[in-house]
Amino acid sequence: MFEFLSKLFGGFEGSKSRAKERLRLVLVHDRASLSPGLVEALKEELIQVITKYLEIDEEGLEVNFDKGDDSVALIANIPVKSVKRSAR
Amino acid sequence: MGKVIVITSGKGGVGKTTTTANLGTGLAALGQKVCLVDTDIGLRNLDVVMGLENRIVYDLLHVVEGQCRLRQALIKDKQFGDRLVLLPAPQTREKDAVTPEQMKALTEELREEYDFVLLDSPAGIEHGFKNAVAGADTAIVVTTPEIAAVRDADRIIGLLEAAELYDPQLIINRVRPNMVRRGDMMSISDIDDILAIDILGVVPDDQDIIVSTNKGEPIVTDPKSKAGQAYRNIARRLLGEEVPLMNLQERKMMHWFKRLLSGEAQ
Repeated sequence: MFEFLSKLFGGFEGSKSRAKERLRLVLVHDRASLSPGLVEALKEELIQVITKYLEIDEEGLEVNFDKGDDSVALIANIPVKSVKRSAR
Repeated sequence: MGKVIVITSGKGGVGKTTTTANLGTGLAALGQKVCLVDTDIGLRNLDVVMGLENRIVYDLLHVVEGQCRLRQALIKDKQFGDRLVLLPAPQTREKDAVTPEQMKALTEELREEYDFVLLDSPAGIEHGFKNAVAGADTAIVVTTPEIAAVRDADRIIGLLEAAELYDPQLIINRVRPNMVRRGDMMSISDIDDILAIDILGVVPDDQDIIVSTNKGEPIVTDPKSKAGQAYRNIARRLLGEEVPLMNLQERKMMHWFKRLLSGEAQ
């Protein structure tokens, strides 16, 4: 009864959820392209963390944002040379 | 030493100038000494919102170029006299006539005398924005609950950080409670989710703002206006007082109805 009434009196989703969804997505794009330094900084720190456990080809490391129609993914391609003995 | 606060938005037309005028007047009404600086060079506006357009002799450019003394260019408010003054923007010359270094020197001088120096920034992210933020300690970002304004606010927050102005505070302007209620306008918490910065205040959309601007009298001094109340609350928060955000969400009828249904009502 209450659910029905609250639906009737404005509980359903209006256009704002579309706005919020579109805004979220556009901001991921904006924020990613805003500072070119961001990807570099991210790369640096990724290397620092990963080299604790793995020996990687730092030159071959690639980090990109892959922008689809309704999603954005962080794609990292990290060539591994070997697993560190101490990490096993 | 006074505080220097820049009021900015990225997107134009969200109410920066109205906000500056009302917060300045609100702070003066609370006994503070306030100087308002219009940094929108070439597009002077704060003077008409304050109703002081007929009193301008010198402007910001005259001051930084040394053609007059700072004191001569400051226009006293109609109501608050020398407790609330305006430094108008130059109207005619090109917008890079003033440098960020000059702005910094100017605000340093003003903060000696005033408790609050409020800088009304131009829209955009170019030279005028850099001038406006140069001398500021903190920033207030004004937005409205629409997608373009929130997007630009996000961008501005990033640029403020790049200018080493951390932790800006947000004012959400022109909220329409009935639209929020039916889910056709982003709510305060929606915007909070997205921008994730401190909310300094929420101002309801109010037709009386247009009337008060027509008259050149900031609405903050109108005791009957809801928007005026919102600005008074923000002014008190700027003085460190804890004032809860205005509740724009709940319609009294609806509240009563919910309580009735959940069996709470007597």
